[in-house]
Amino acid sequence: MASIPDQGTGGFRVSQLLYDTRYRSTTIQIIALILILLGIGWLINNTIQNLDALGKEPSLKFFGEPASYDINQRLVEYSSRDTHLRASFVGLLNTLLVAVLGCITATIVGVFVGVLRLSNNWLIARLMTVYIEAFRNVPVLVWILIVFSVMIETMPKPSAFRNGEASMLFNESLAITNRGIYTPAPMFENGLGSIRIFGESSLRFDLSLTFLAIAALFGVCFFISRKIKQRADRIQNETGDRPTTWYLRLGVLVVPMAILLWVLGLGWNFPELKGFNFKEGIHLRNSLLALWIALSLYTAAFIAEAVRAGIMAISKGQTEAAYALGIQPGRTMSLVILPQALRVIIPPLISQYLNLTKNSSLAIAVGYMDITGTLGGITLNQTGRELETILFLMLTYLAISLSISAVMNWYNNRVKLVER
Amino acid sequence: MADTSYVRTEMLPEQAPPPSTIGLIGWFRQNLFNGWANSILTLLALYFIYVVLKAIVPWIFVPSWSGNDVHECRALVAAAWGEGHHGACWGVIRERWVQLLFGFYPKELYWRPILAFILLFVALAPILFASVPRKLLIFSAIFPFLMVWLLWGGTLWLPISVILGFVIGWVLFKATLEHAGALIANLLLILAPIIWWLTACGGFANLMHGIIPIGIEPVESAKFGGFMLSITIGLVGIALSLPLGILLALGRQSDLIILKAVCVGFIEFIRGVPLITLLFVASTLLNIFMPPGTNFDIILRVIIMVTLFASAYMAEVIRGGLAALPKGQYEAADSLGLDYAQATRLIIMPQALKISIPGIVGTFIGLFKDTVLVSIIGLLDPVGLKQTINGDVAWTGLNWEIYGFICLIFFIFCFGMSRYSMYLERKLATGHH
Repeated sequence: MASIPDQGTGGFRVSQLLYDTRYRSTTIQIIALILILLGIGWLINNTIQNLDALGKEPSLKFFGEPASYDINQRLVEYSSRDTHLRASFVGLLNTLLVAVLGCITATIVGVFVGVLRLSNNWLIARLMTVYIEAFRNVPVLVWILIVFSVMIETMPKPSAFRNGEASMLFNESLAITNRGIYTPAPMFENGLGSIRIFGESSLRFDLSLTFLAIAALFGVCFFISRKIKQRADRIQNETGDRPTTWYLRLGVLVVPMAILLWVLGLGWNFPELKGFNFKEGIHLRNSLLALWIALSLYTAAFIAEAVRAGIMAISKGQTEAAYALGIQPGRTMSLVILPQALRVIIPPLISQYLNLTKNSSLAIAVGYMDITGTLGGITLNQTGRELETILFLMLTYLAISLSISAVMNWYNNRVKLVER
Repeated sequence: MADTSYVRTEMLPEQAPPPSTIGLIGWFRQNLFNGWANSILTLLALYFIYVVLKAIVPWIFVPSWSGNDVHECRALVAAAWGEGHHGACWGVIRERWVQLLFGFYPKELYWRPILAFILLFVALAPILFASVPRKLLIFSAIFPFLMVWLLWGGTLWLPISVILGFVIGWVLFKATLEHAGALIANLLLILAPIIWWLTACGGFANLMHGIIPIGIEPVESAKFGGFMLSITIGLVGIALSLPLGILLALGRQSDLIILKAVCVGFIEFIRGVPLITLLFVASTLLNIFMPPGTNFDIILRVIIMVTLFASAYMAEVIRGGLAALPKGQYEAADSLGLDYAQATRLIIMPQALKISIPGIVGTFIGLFKDTVLVSIIGLLDPVGLKQTINGDVAWTGLNWEIYGFICLIFFIFCFGMSRYSMYLERKLATGHH
């Protein structure tokens, strides 16, 4: 409102609340606020009356009651005697698991496809276009169900391994069946044990000190490796010659890790066919696999489009300049084009990560027990507490979404600062 | 001066380009086999295509169209291609494609959804093509009500009564604009229809129906299904979310802190939760939020939640359009002495909406695809119908034929719309330079 306020003579009049631009916006806001509060109050009033009529006092007590249902794919120990809160926690971890796995694979596939779609190779570019259009134009739920059906119908039954119709891959260590994939599980003879976080509460989980040690060592080695690279960069800047460092960097990463694994006594627990099914090893259920694969491929199609748009946003002069300097096409892409395109790619990438995480709630269609399947599925049906469970479900997703966008926006800002 | 010349005096005749750079061979060398890496990629791709086609083509091209159940299909395939040949059972599509399109909608009333679908294009024409007479926009405005009436049937007075709400709002707006000022007029424009719908709308329709009964046979929501359901939810959702999205986008852009906070909170909340949780709200909670005793239709509940969902995304699309407008447009409107409502209605929105059309189409594609989620809360959209079809003993265990059909229809719709939106983007991009 770029008008000059009327300089009214005399005192304040009520009509000024409406016609004086100094007060009008406040008036509008207060009226709007009152209307909104009235609306919310009306909804809450209705809810209270309805819940009263149904005899359901809003309470969160049900979280402490035993859940009495099983969750077959889980990251932490859980039994049907545990509470509903524990079941929701297991579900939350499952949601995060498939979201993280999906984001990683979707990014890798998406970047590859996006780059290949711009390839000079006519056939490859066309193939990638077909892939992108096929996945973008069919609902993700249909893709999840299709991948799930493919796994169930085309993979061999565990019994087929008994009579030799199917065989395990990689020297009897990996079995692909219609119940999922069985992989070897790492075992440590001299493991460091684990500590229990959060005592006996519903959010307890065992933090394996062995894995913590491996992760810590990897972090340190990675840091040293980076230092070596930075030193090489410095020498190259000063003298023009780059010292050969690949064996140093590789050694720093591999040797300490190998020693640590040897000290810990790494062994593998191979899956074995016992009775009608495989035992031991790690069992990735086909519900998890179907969800993971379908979400990754679906999101990768969108990421590929974002990557393509990002690359095309970089002026052709950059490529030509890199070629003029004698840089190979592959390195031009990885050293010149992609780092610049990253700036354009990251914002749509953030929203694709968010979409993938939200779409992971479709797990309920294939029976993967994520938080929608536990809290919003069986817990809701068993306790009949629609209001509380759905509210908590939404708040959980909201918290996840906000965390992802916070982290990614932080990264986005960091990349921007470095670039400028 | 000697008559030796160092420069050629006549032109050399043009030579044909080397045979390896022209024609089919040249194209092959340039696009498929330039360099060994590319050649390997090409060969790998060819092998991949060969494997996929070898698996799919013999499966698709089988004469099982006339099979009446799974066993007949198998017999037909075996008769044509020999025992042990895996082939599709197209009989299920022959028998059930109508059901996949219309659900359990009464057969003798199919003309109603078909007519609605045809009229949809008439209604869309003035929005999509500038050359169509502007008068048709009136039909576009009426169409949503017409469509709902055609699909659900019942008395004609109900849609008229709903439209009357808008008319009342507009009349009050015009009447009070002169005497009470723009603020009150705008407030009445929004509040009067809401009050009308909540209090008198149904009563008026009943009353009028009692006096002059005009109507067509009503169809209950439980009979809706298939792509008709998906399209209905998608279309109604997008049409209703457009005005809501505009209001939210304006609210988000405004200087009024409380309004802005409410709009931002709503948009971010909706965008932060998955649609399936909102559908759970529709299926279990929405009745609890309403006055005791209300029990309205599941499709209507789904449409309400889908509308809220889409309006948050729509608001972001329109906000993009608003942000893309040059600041000069706002300033020019101010300098002409237009107030906020006038400037928005006459200057800002027409331009911002035009820029946003590709984004709106994109939102619609997303919403249309997301409508399959209603199968999770038990509605019979195409995915939900698949389970119904599999429940029939004749067609039990058939997956790929039905999924293939569903994918094909979705692909045709979504691909067509996305191509259209790309065409529009190009057209708009040239129009703005």
